[in-house]
Formats: sequence, structure tokens, C-alpha cells
Amino acid sequence: MIAVSDVSKTFTLHNQGSAVIRVMEGATLSVAPGECVALTGASGAGKSTLMRMIYGNYLAASGRIMVGETDVAQAEPREILTLRRDVLGYVSQFLRVVPRVPTLDVVAEPLLARGIDATSARTRAAELLTRLRIPETLWTLSPTTFSGGEQQRVNIARGFAHAYPALLLDEPTASLDAANRETVLTLIEEAKARGAAILGIFHDVEARARVCDREVDVTAFTPDRAA
Amino acid sequence: MTPLLSVRSLTKRYGARIGCADVSFDLWPGEVLGIVGESGSGKSTLLNCLAGHQAPDAGQVLFDTRAEGPRDTVTMSEPERRMLGRTDWAFVHQHARDGLRMGVSAGGNVGERLMSVGARHYGDIRAAAADWLGRVEIDTSRIDDRPTQFSGGMQQRLQIARNLVSGPRLVFMDEPTGGLDVSVQARLLDLLRGLVRDMGLSAIVVTHDLAVVRLLAHRLMVMKDGHVVETGLTDQVLDDPQHAYTQLLVSSVLQV
Repeated sequence: MIAVSDVSKTFTLHNQGSAVIRVMEGATLSVAPGECVALTGASGAGKSTLMRMIYGNYLAASGRIMVGETDVAQAEPREILTLRRDVLGYVSQFLRVVPRVPTLDVVAEPLLARGIDATSARTRAAELLTRLRIPETLWTLSPTTFSGGEQQRVNIARGFAHAYPALLLDEPTASLDAANRETVLTLIEEAKARGAAILGIFHDVEARARVCDREVDVTAFTPDRAA
Repeated sequence: MTPLLSVRSLTKRYGARIGCADVSFDLWPGEVLGIVGESGSGKSTLLNCLAGHQAPDAGQVLFDTRAEGPRDTVTMSEPERRMLGRTDWAFVHQHARDGLRMGVSAGGNVGERLMSVGARHYGDIRAAAADWLGRVEIDTSRIDDRPTQFSGGMQQRLQIARNLVSGPRLVFMDEPTGGLDVSVQARLLDLLRGLVRDMGLSAIVVTHDLAVVRLLAHRLMVMKDGHVVETGLTDQVLDDPQHAYTQLLVSSVLQV
């Protein structure tokens, strides 16, 4: 479902002496439907960078990034938008929303974007918020004022609202208490059971061991800085 | 699928100075394109050329009309272009007073656009006006008040209602949230996002506010000195800018 082959990434800092920083070379991995693969490697090794390239948030310098039938490295913006709407979900570490929009609508939005009627979308959103223990009294408020852990759970609810065939998870269990961590791991297991291909970053070793089938160490894709 | 708007090599000069030069892009149905750049970068010139408010010196603006498919609006007759301006196009000005008739009631402002496309039944027009005031969150009890009695944010929402009541397919917006308080901006952004999604609108939004385009635009075009220097998915251009000018622009944003 996700197939990355020989992907490289450079950053050119035009305003800092046009320094060219090579951050990744020869990145290759694949994730099959129903499989969860963990990206590992020290902080700064390029886990998030690789994930962002798969989502189309960073441009790959070379290589192929197939998600379903789409090569994200070559696709037109509108093809990536369609891919993100229907196929590829992403739970980032940060919640970015329009201020003042109620939490329930923030979570329902991916469904509304797919043309699902407002009532069904909100019902699904409510179900997820309940499972993730966001008190109903908060649903009408904007999540921008929530605590870090609450925002993280809203982000997860939003990422799981639609049953994406492919999912990218960046530290989904960070800053969660034991009960909510359990819920998130169950959501991941359910997604795997329905055939989703999942690529994740988990610093939580136990969580990784429980839900991930394989690990890919991105250190292997780090260019030799001395060269 | 056909692009709703195909722009080819659009150029506008002011004497020896360049307004915008050799701009080409496609806009697809349901897509919101943001155009960013500093003052004088040519973004407003471009918008005005696209919307038929200024005549470009060269290039084509092909709009996919309902009746005849793609037509070049640059070479179209003035009456035809004005008809598009009342039906399939809408233009939201930065200053609401440029897009409203300040001496006419709120209901009249919304109704006028309907009458310009042939609506005559008073009851229907008033009902549509009331419906649209509701959609842009203006209390319908204010229907007979003049825009001069409205706050800046309300005026902007009224301008949006006036523009969208006739069911346009393409909306041009020039700094739609400029000059508004941040709290009012947020509400307007949410409203615009909902309308774009629910009505399947396409829009071209000119702004210098990167936070606004991040939340509103699917795609981004960065302009400098009349030229397009970078285009791409909004979040990609903002998070991984390739051009020196875009990098400068993104890194210059003050953090709150």
C-alpha cells in the first residue's frame, strides 16, 4: 500500500549562504495492508522528515513514493489533495485548526470533506471523542484552549474518523495516560484488522512492540555527513 | 474534468513597470488557490486582470462557462464579462464598503444581486436575503438596517452574502480578512471554509497573511516583482519552501 524507493531529501537554505543539507539518501521501505511498521532511529535521524515526504508535506529530491496508485513524489497538488482526502491519513504531533471551531466539528471535518452528511459525521466524531474520554462538555468548545494531552486525543479522533486505507502516525501515544494510551493502541489494532497500512513513529517501546509488525531504522538512510 | 479557470501567460505592464508577468496556472472545481507576496508583488494586479477589472496586455484567461465551455474572458465582449461578474463570478473586496452599497439596507444589498440576474418576486428575494444573512451569522432582525450601522466584521460577512447569493462558481477575494480583529478573522475563515466545502466553490484568495492561506487555501502561489516564484500544495510551500524569497517570507513570520 505504501512503497518508498530510493528517496532522497536535501534542504537548500538560500538565506544562509545557500547551504545545502543532505538529510536522506536511498530511503526504501514498504508497508502492506494490515501491517504496522515502525520508523526508528535517534532524534534527528529523519523519521518525521520521511513521514512528511510520504504525506507530500516535504518535497522529495528524488525517488518514488507510491501510496496506492499515486506517486507522491511526482503527483500534482490536486492529486495529493485527493489522496489525503480519501486514502492517506496523518496524525501529526500538533493540532492545527481554525480557532473557534467546536471540537466536534474539528473531528467531523475529514468526513464532511468526503461528502458525508453532517449528522452521520458528527455521530462518528462523538463516538471517537467518547472513546478517547474527551468530556462531552468540551465538544462545543474549540480545542485550541485544551491541554496538550486533550489536543493530542482530538488529533487522533480526527485522524481515525475516516477509515483511511493508509495511515501515518507521529507519536500517537505521546503525552497520554494509561487508559487513553490503551484506547489509541486498540484503535490502531482495529485499523490494522480492517486492512489499513500503518507507518508510525513510537518512542513508547512497549506500544511499538505491541502494535508494530516490523521496524525500519532510518539511520540506514542518513547520508555520510563526512562525504 | 476540465479546469474551471485556465490562465496562460498573463502579463500586465504599467508603462515600463511590470504589474504581473507571464503567469500561468489552472484552477480546478472546488479548489482554493492562495496568492501571497508582499505589497507591490503584483498579486492584486493579477487578481484584477483575472476578474476582468483590468485589461491585461497579453495572455489568456479561459473560464469554463456553463453554456459554451471554456471561453477567453479577455477577448469576450464587455456585456458578456459583466454578465459573468453577476452570475458565475463573485468578488469580495478587502474593504467591505467597496463591495456594498452603503445607503441600501442589508436585505437590499443581498437582494440587489438577485434582481440583477432577473429575480422579481419581492417575497422570494426577501426570503433569500434572510436565508443568506442567517448563513453568514447576521441576525435577521437586522435585515432592514444599513451596512453603515454594522461592525467591520459584519460588513464583511454581508459582502460575502451579497456575493454568494446568486450561486457563483468562482470567487475572487482580495485580503478578505485584512483589517479585521483576529477573533473576527477566525469566524470569517470558518465561514468561508464551510461555504467552499458545502457549495463546492472555487476561489482565488489574495493575501499577505500566511496564516490565513494555511487554513483556507489548498494550493499556494508565491509572487515577487510580478513573477510567480513558487507554487505547490499550501502546507508544502509553507513547511518546505524551495525558493529563496519564499524561505525569507516564511521565516519572517512572527511567532505568537
